[in-house]
Amino acid sequence: MWAALRSMVMRDLTLAVRRVADVLTTLFFFVIVVSLFPLGVGPEMETLRVIAPGVVWVAAILASMLALGRLFGNDYSDGTLEQILLAPQPLSLLVAAKVLAHWLVTGLPLVLMAPLLGLQFGLEGEALWTLWWTLLLGTPAISLIGAVGAALTLGLRGGSVLVSLLVLPLYIPVLIFGAGAVEAQVSGLGATAHLSLLGAIAVLALCFAPLAAAAALRISLD
Amino acid sequence: MSTTGINWFKYSSPATFYPLAGRMIPWFAGLAAVATVAGLYLGFFVAPPDYQQGDAYRIMFIHVPAAWMSMFIYVVMAGYAALGLIFNTRLSAMMASALAPTGALFTFLALWTGALWGKPMWGTWWVWDARLTSELILLFLYIGYMSLEAAIDDPRRASRASGLLAIVGVVNVPIIYYSVEWWNTLHQGASISFDKAPTMADSMLAALLVMTFACWMYAIAVVLARVRCIILERERHSEWVLEVLEEERR
Repeated sequence: MWAALRSMVMRDLTLAVRRVADVLTTLFFFVIVVSLFPLGVGPEMETLRVIAPGVVWVAAILASMLALGRLFGNDYSDGTLEQILLAPQPLSLLVAAKVLAHWLVTGLPLVLMAPLLGLQFGLEGEALWTLWWTLLLGTPAISLIGAVGAALTLGLRGGSVLVSLLVLPLYIPVLIFGAGAVEAQVSGLGATAHLSLLGAIAVLALCFAPLAAAAALRISLD
Repeated sequence: MSTTGINWFKYSSPATFYPLAGRMIPWFAGLAAVATVAGLYLGFFVAPPDYQQGDAYRIMFIHVPAAWMSMFIYVVMAGYAALGLIFNTRLSAMMASALAPTGALFTFLALWTGALWGKPMWGTWWVWDARLTSELILLFLYIGYMSLEAAIDDPRRASRASGLLAIVGVVNVPIIYYSVEWWNTLHQGASISFDKAPTMADSMLAALLVMTFACWMYAIAVVLARVRCIILERERHSEWVLEVLEEERR
């Protein structure tokens, strides 16, 4: 079973490495969206520092949502997904492996890039670290919840727009605790409670989202 | 199955439920009309003006039932969706999709009347209060459900996919509610607090309960009427629908 999980992750990573442009698109989308905010709001560092966590988090959510179409899309169009459904291993495990690979190529780059963007918004020291930790804990949950939406909208007309309607409301708790942690850190309350809740959401999503996404895949490929 | 002589599943078939729903609709619609008139009379003429809010509070008699219904219908909808997914009963899935527009309507009503109430009371149409925000998110959930169902052409796949989404949503509703509530208390001090349960005059409470009953009856009547349309649409190739249509044409 672990062999299946590992080979699924390695396969998806290999495919992603062969198409680096896709990975970079998501990353640059993230950077561009974040860079638009100072242009829209104005360059005052005080304002920017206040909105920084929210801006980075919303941009990260939008960027990873943009990448959701690729989670199952390519495998669906070339028929691989049907073979995966027939595999003897539990489908939810294989889905979890796919989500892990997807997070490594779309979520992790955002996490690594975020401190740099935080610096541009005048975040420093502890606040910057907190932002980094919230993204590290939160983006896996985002990918996992998104997988359910991606599986439900597989092969539909306008699926990429539809998926945003489905998953964005479900992302709200992650956004609240993610951006709230940085704010709590800055205001001196400490971010531990927020980070714990974010971790709890990630663990819950890890337990249930693969099951729901597997059920959704079976419905979509019925 | 029929050892007791009662067939519990008789009305889980669209063919038998369709005429039953048709017979039930006038009753529920009639009750809804009577209760609305009675509730509005109680609310506007019997209930005393509030000592703080004057007459403006009277929008509560629409606002509060609508807010209750909006949340309750989502849970009922998810329940029907779960039944449909587990037992593969067609009628449950049809009921779930018939409930969604009514639930969305009540959510919208609750938001709209809330804004109308907020303007004279708080001096603003909208505050990012925990309840308002979660009601808004509930509206988004309804819209997501309905648009997923509308996007899929195959009705079987549509009802199964949207059913799964409803279940995922109902699991998330408490998480969203508490996160929004906590977010709100962190951000702004309780400038407006609903938590101090106001003591209500008995006639106000009576009007509120009668209006809630009216909303219930309205919701049931409308959902039954809508599910009849959905039944006809989805079963249009079956024998009994043709017979029903034949009969109604005559």
